[in-house]
Amino acid sequence: MVAAPSVPLGTMQAAATPARPVPATSPVVELLGVTKRFPGVLAVDHVDLALLPGEVHALLGENGAGKSTLVAMLSGLVEPDAGRIRVAGEERRIASPRAALQQGISTVFQHVMLVPTLTVLENLVLGMSWWRRPDRAELEQRLAGIRSAFGIALDLDQTTGELSLGEQQQIEIVRALLRRSRVLILDEATSMLTPQGADELGALMRRLVKSGLAVVFITHKLDEACRFGDRITVLRLGRKVGELAPEGLAAMDQAAAVEEVVGLMFGDRSIAEARAPRLRKAEGSPVLSVRGLTVTGATRLARADDVSFELRPGEILGIAGIDGNGQKQLAEALAGQRTAAAGSIVLDGRDITRAGVAERRRLGLRYLTDDRIGEGAVGGFPVATNAVLKEIGAPPFWSGGPFLLGGIERPGRIAAHARELIDRYDVRTPDEATPIGRLSGGNIQKVLLARELSGDARVVVFNKPTHGLDVQNIMASRNRIAAIADAGLAVLLISTDLEELLDVADRIAVMAAGRLTGIVANDEGARARIGALMIGRAA
Amino acid sequence: MEALLTAAFLTALLAGAVAAGVPLLLAGLGEQMSEKAGVLNIGIEGMMLMGAYLGFLVAFESGNGALGFVAGMAGGMAVAFVMAILCVGLALNQIVIGIGLTLGVEGLTALLHHFQFSTTYPRLPAAWRMPVPGLVELPVIGPALFDRHPLVYLAFLLVPLLAWLYRRTALGLTLRAAGEKPAALDVAGIDVATVRFLAVLFTGAMAGLGGAFMANVAAGIFIPFMTGGAGFIGIVLAMLARGRPAWVLIGAVVFGGALSLTTALQVAGLNVPTDLIQMLPFAAVMAVLVLYGRKARLPAALGLPYVRGAR
Repeated sequence: MVAAPSVPLGTMQAAATPARPVPATSPVVELLGVTKRFPGVLAVDHVDLALLPGEVHALLGENGAGKSTLVAMLSGLVEPDAGRIRVAGEERRIASPRAALQQGISTVFQHVMLVPTLTVLENLVLGMSWWRRPDRAELEQRLAGIRSAFGIALDLDQTTGELSLGEQQQIEIVRALLRRSRVLILDEATSMLTPQGADELGALMRRLVKSGLAVVFITHKLDEACRFGDRITVLRLGRKVGELAPEGLAAMDQAAAVEEVVGLMFGDRSIAEARAPRLRKAEGSPVLSVRGLTVTGATRLARADDVSFELRPGEILGIAGIDGNGQKQLAEALAGQRTAAAGSIVLDGRDITRAGVAERRRLGLRYLTDDRIGEGAVGGFPVATNAVLKEIGAPPFWSGGPFLLGGIERPGRIAAHARELIDRYDVRTPDEATPIGRLSGGNIQKVLLARELSGDARVVVFNKPTHGLDVQNIMASRNRIAAIADAGLAVLLISTDLEELLDVADRIAVMAAGRLTGIVANDEGARARIGALMIGRAA
Repeated sequence: MEALLTAAFLTALLAGAVAAGVPLLLAGLGEQMSEKAGVLNIGIEGMMLMGAYLGFLVAFESGNGALGFVAGMAGGMAVAFVMAILCVGLALNQIVIGIGLTLGVEGLTALLHHFQFSTTYPRLPAAWRMPVPGLVELPVIGPALFDRHPLVYLAFLLVPLLAWLYRRTALGLTLRAAGEKPAALDVAGIDVATVRFLAVLFTGAMAGLGGAFMANVAAGIFIPFMTGGAGFIGIVLAMLARGRPAWVLIGAVVFGGALSLTTALQVAGLNVPTDLIQMLPFAAVMAVLVLYGRKARLPAALGLPYVRGAR
């Protein structure tokens, strides 16, 4: 086990929070040397963790650092292969979610664990008793208590699925409070929230720990861990690589603390790889003009409503917004996968509003889906086949000619083409015959990008291109996107990660409830203006 | 055509609708419970047939009608138990297992019947009837509805009872959660497998009762393959009912009526080819599916095995 460098952590959340007392109680839950192995992966490797009442314990780490497995252990979804768990000083097994709840450990999972078709009330009482519903009056009384103590108000009779993810998260927190939990685990709880929503959650966590709860706040975002955590544990590749205790509050300022945490998270790698400045700026007349584009969707949010913008060669236009506000509908309408109810799309002076997917692709409009495995690739097919998946049956990879003469596969050409792409885009794969599903997310992304850029590409639409990738691949992808624009292509970059847009985009539009609420240039103060646009209309 | 409007014809039609509809009602209500909990119970046809066989066998050997129904229920539950172990416990494919079980039971009961009854074809005495005082005097519906075997009344009573269970009890809530989002139920501290296991057993009990009713009350004899797709019609009813027991009842009466009409029309000597008349119930299924099939609202996790932690 790596010795945990216990570095004093500065008062980083000073802004809104007064100095708080250092809790001097014993841990509610302790993990001692827990280890979990999945086939081929050592997910958690001898990790010690102590959860103290009155403390927000931030668990920080990249994808695959072991955060989710630790959550699963604490919430009874998996049991450790080795190591011990102590609850209130006594050794316990947490063999099922029920056992976890009985020990007072409640979890708000990353993906909402509420039944969407049930009402708020029904979700609150789910699992509490088999045979009868609890008295509604009694429940309302307890909810009134929770409202006055923590400021969460719920409408009991609403259907859960109609509420926003932030509201659903509050239901889960209230449910934990109703169960009189001692430990509340929040797994990537801010990933679905607006920046304002994240701040509100931070304030709520503060009130929760004041009431004596131990809160575990799992995140992969460094600034959130530093802002909200009293104690920060850093995980890397299944191991605990450091813990910053609240005791030594003194010397460090925020920058030094962040640097310390970065050092723990990435070892000697640096996240901020220097990127060459963008070579060229947008120039010439727009290559893509979208006017009043409207796409109907299943819900109030999931649609595009009167969207207009222009895109010039060499330009990156970012689309910011909370996930599920019509970004996917917009992207698919541009790609031709959805029919526009109104509006027009003009590519290079040619109206393609009614053109199909294949025609748009041929004209140079390319789309990189956010659903890499579901819609972007066929997991069981070789890399080589996936690289030509959008040209099936067409020359030069299939023979040309009428009837039986056409459409015969030319394996040699397909393989050669794939090898060239693998080489050019640095795809890490054993060979071109390997099923693409066996590659990592970052490498699948490279293959799809290579596919979309082949031929005469003019406009590339990216939908959440770095979603689910690890930090190094995120940086590489951003560099590649910048390089594409530098090469003179027009890029529409849809992302829920504002940092990413601020990093590479030239202009940033904000999308909320299907509308573009504004487009701002990416310069000083862009962040504040985007934040204002987000709350202005965000659901 | 006057023959069609006589009291005797209407009574026979309604009585036939009840006799044909009660097994469908029981099967539909049973299937509905499984589907609510997220298990698509294709094996229900086999559960009905096992109920019919065992129900008849025990009633015939013991001479005790009530014991026959208990045996029918047990037979249905035994098949359901196998289904639950394979599909809930081991998370195997529900459709493959369901079809396999149905085919297996069809073969098994036909074989057993061949050795036991294929030469004698024994019949049970006419089933016990329990007239409801007062109501039985009503014209047409009196003899058709209120002079029946107690199981008929029980089947009808189950409708409001189950509706209440689904809407008003925590158990109903638990069942719905198991079918809509089992992971949410699991992390709320209730074991999904247990809930689904019990739901499948309930389906077996209902299907077994329905099968026993077919053999012991409606027919008075066991014949191989006698359920003739009643279990599958039960699946259709459960899917169209969108979770409401009352709609299963309506569906059972409609389909039962169609089945009864084929007999009644033939008895009435209507000048229409019998093949055409015998098509009626199946044409009714097709028509209803075309009209309402798209509106069927099924639980989100229906047919998907739940394995904890596999996300």
